[in-house]
Amino acid sequence: MTAQPTQQTRRIWVFIEQEDGAPHPVSWELLGAARRLAAELDAEHAVVEGVLLGHQVAPIAQEAFRYGASRVYLIDDPVLALYRNLPYAAGVSRLVQSYQPEIFLVGATTLGRDLASAIATRVQTGLTADCTELTIDPKQQILAATRPTFGGNLMATILCRQRRPQMATVRPRVLPMPQPLAEAAGELIREPLDMAEEEVPVRRLRLIPSQQQLNLEYADVIVAGGRGLGGPDGLPLLEELAQALGGVLGVSRPLVDAGWVSAEHQVGQTGKTVRPKLYIAAGISGAVQHRVGMSGADFILAINSDPQAPIFQVADLGIVGDLYQVAPELIRQVRALQGGDDHVR
Amino acid sequence: MHTVVAIKQVPDTSNVRINPDTGTLIREGAPVIINPYDVHALEMAVRLKERFGGKVTVLTMGPPKAAEALVECIEQGADRGILITDRKFAAADTLATSYVIAHAIEAIQAEEPVDLLLFGKQAIDGDTAQVGPGVASRLDVPLISYAIQIEAFDPAARRAIVHRRIEQGIEVLETSLPALLTVEKEIAAIRRAPLPNLIRAAGYQPEVWSADAPNPFDPASIGIKGSPTIVGKAFTPPPKEAGELVHVADVGLAAAVSTALAKIAAAGVVATLPAGAKGGSP
Ligand SMILES: Cc1cc2nc3c(=O)[nH]c(=O)nc-3n(C[C@H](O)[C@H](O)[C@H](O)COP(=O)(O)OP(=O)(O)OC[C@H]3O[C@@H](n4cnc5c(N)ncnc54)[C@H](O)[C@@H]3O)c2cc1C
Ligand SMILES: Cc1cc2nc3c(=O)[nH]c(=O)nc-3n(C[C@H](O)[C@H](O)[C@H](O)COP(=O)(O)OP(=O)(O)OC[C@H]3O[C@@H](n4cnc5c(N)ncnc54)[C@H](O)[C@@H]3O)c2cc1C
Repeated sequence: MTAQPTQQTRRIWVFIEQEDGAPHPVSWELLGAARRLAAELDAEHAVVEGVLLGHQVAPIAQEAFRYGASRVYLIDDPVLALYRNLPYAAGVSRLVQSYQPEIFLVGATTLGRDLASAIATRVQTGLTADCTELTIDPKQQILAATRPTFGGNLMATILCRQRRPQMATVRPRVLPMPQPLAEAAGELIREPLDMAEEEVPVRRLRLIPSQQQLNLEYADVIVAGGRGLGGPDGLPLLEELAQALGGVLGVSRPLVDAGWVSAEHQVGQTGKTVRPKLYIAAGISGAVQHRVGMSGADFILAINSDPQAPIFQVADLGIVGDLYQVAPELIRQVRALQGGDDHVR
Repeated sequence: MHTVVAIKQVPDTSNVRINPDTGTLIREGAPVIINPYDVHALEMAVRLKERFGGKVTVLTMGPPKAAEALVECIEQGADRGILITDRKFAAADTLATSYVIAHAIEAIQAEEPVDLLLFGKQAIDGDTAQVGPGVASRLDVPLISYAIQIEAFDPAARRAIVHRRIEQGIEVLETSLPALLTVEKEIAAIRRAPLPNLIRAAGYQPEVWSADAPNPFDPASIGIKGSPTIVGKAFTPPPKEAGELVHVADVGLAAAVSTALAKIAAAGVVATLPAGAKGGSP
């Protein structure tokens, strides 16, 4: 048995999000951040712990241990099989009240946003939304959570001085994915839900799955097009380039607003935050609302006919030229590199 | 059938300007609008009223200027507008904001029952999407966030069927009423305000509630006191150093592209491009 934590134990919690038994990778990103925070806060007494709710989801706890949780609190109950605000919020809030964590991180996903504010309200504490950076303020020994506001025009560092836990949400892909340990052990603490199905006022009748399962957030290569395409007819060209590179298509917002492509492809403040290894922006000017969604990419190639376009400020390399010339040439050269040089000359 | 809609007046963030020295918003001359999602929430409420009869109450917490936003809501078909304004409410975070709105809704409910609460999915300035879920928790009513459609609504049986957008697709939920929905723009398309509404709005004065009257708010739960979070500092994001530029017009198309591919390959970021490749043939 693991030793009982002492009074001084300072708990940093991460909500382990899962749906249909599949953990959301943002949970592991948050565990990585929690480990850093624990080291900054108090290497001796700070512990990283996960909170997991669902039905028959215990195996996910093993994964959480590998990403750095020393303990996982599990509420496993048929009422929790599908996410619903009330039983989840009630369950987690009770855990918070019993174990008094100091910091609590939740993914800023659809589920996480719905849940985090309900928990913060129930336990009457502060919640900082959509953070892009989490550190410990060295003087005050509290969480300093930085987030963009006013459409990315301004960054604000938010503090929660008195109340606990200090809560924050972070979008997927904003934080780096840590390397899991090959093997790790931790302690699983099971807690009851104490809520009957009849007490839940909401019931899922059905799910209409999205036709396309596009995983933009976790794609390694994204080829993104903007208004510089001039019309929807240019999209297949970029799709072809994406395909050649093993990537997927992203877009700026005007293309979604114009109905050329579905909203799942949108990158930016009101779309997805992405962190691919390679991001190619073609005909995108680089408005701040777009940049906040893609500036975490490892390598950014921008193609724009205007040498003054702000996108070049975040690009690792910029090609000043017409995308309708550059993209076909990229496709040609990429294919040549991959498939020998028969069709190069 | 009584719907309460919470709206927020926001700066039009498509043209905000930030003072780079102080890191604060330049408010002078910044146009204000009703938070775009809230306009659709109101439209949904008006459509339900057209179908089932009843009324639509709109409330906002904000500066005195926010009265204009309520008048616009009357134009769009609301019946009653309540402005909650007081210096004591200033600097509220989402916990304090949700307290004020929830407490106001309880006061409205004491006068006449409420069947439905509609919020925007998020405000375009604060951008937290936290106020709606917070109010639902405080009032202990079911929450359906990211709602895109009301498929069925039965005020008599006190049940509704609502579609919400989640990562896996569209979730169709049945809920008891009253419930709180935070809505996406698809919930209802905006229509032009009819003339009689415009005439009524022209002479309309919203009710004004302060921290003390007609319904006292708990002084410890509002404004700075009721807000656990504070803004430690605000700053404009530091610009990143720009990368190299190659001009097609200067070096030619093939060379520009091969330079780019060589750099990408050298960075070793993409498995589909062999590292060490020198780019395609120029
Ligand atoms: C609250 C709010 C939220 C927003 N959220 C988002 C968001 O999530 N995502 C997002 O993307 N935007 C968002 N926006 C919109 C954003 O402000 C910009 O308007 C948008 O990103 C511009 O898209 P764009 O770069 O495709 O178009 P433009 O700004 O019109 O740029 C087109 C570019 O294409 C170049 N070009 C033209 N022809 C060619 C050619 N033949 N070859 C190469 N280049 C060419 C032009 O030089 C120009 O730089 C938001 C705005 C607001 C107010
Ligand atoms: C730079 C900055 C950063 C901030 N960061 C945080 C933070 O991380 N955490 C935090 O708790 N607070 C934060 N705040 C405070 C927050 O913006 C305010 O509490 C605000 O009153 C409500 O939050 P919101 O704008 O995000 O609304 P949201 O929760 O995004 O609004 C959702 C919906 O709630 C309703 N609503 C919201 N406000 C009102 C209102 N005043 N009256 C009527 N209905 C309303 C509307 O229907 C709206 O569509 C921040 C403020 C600033 C200036």
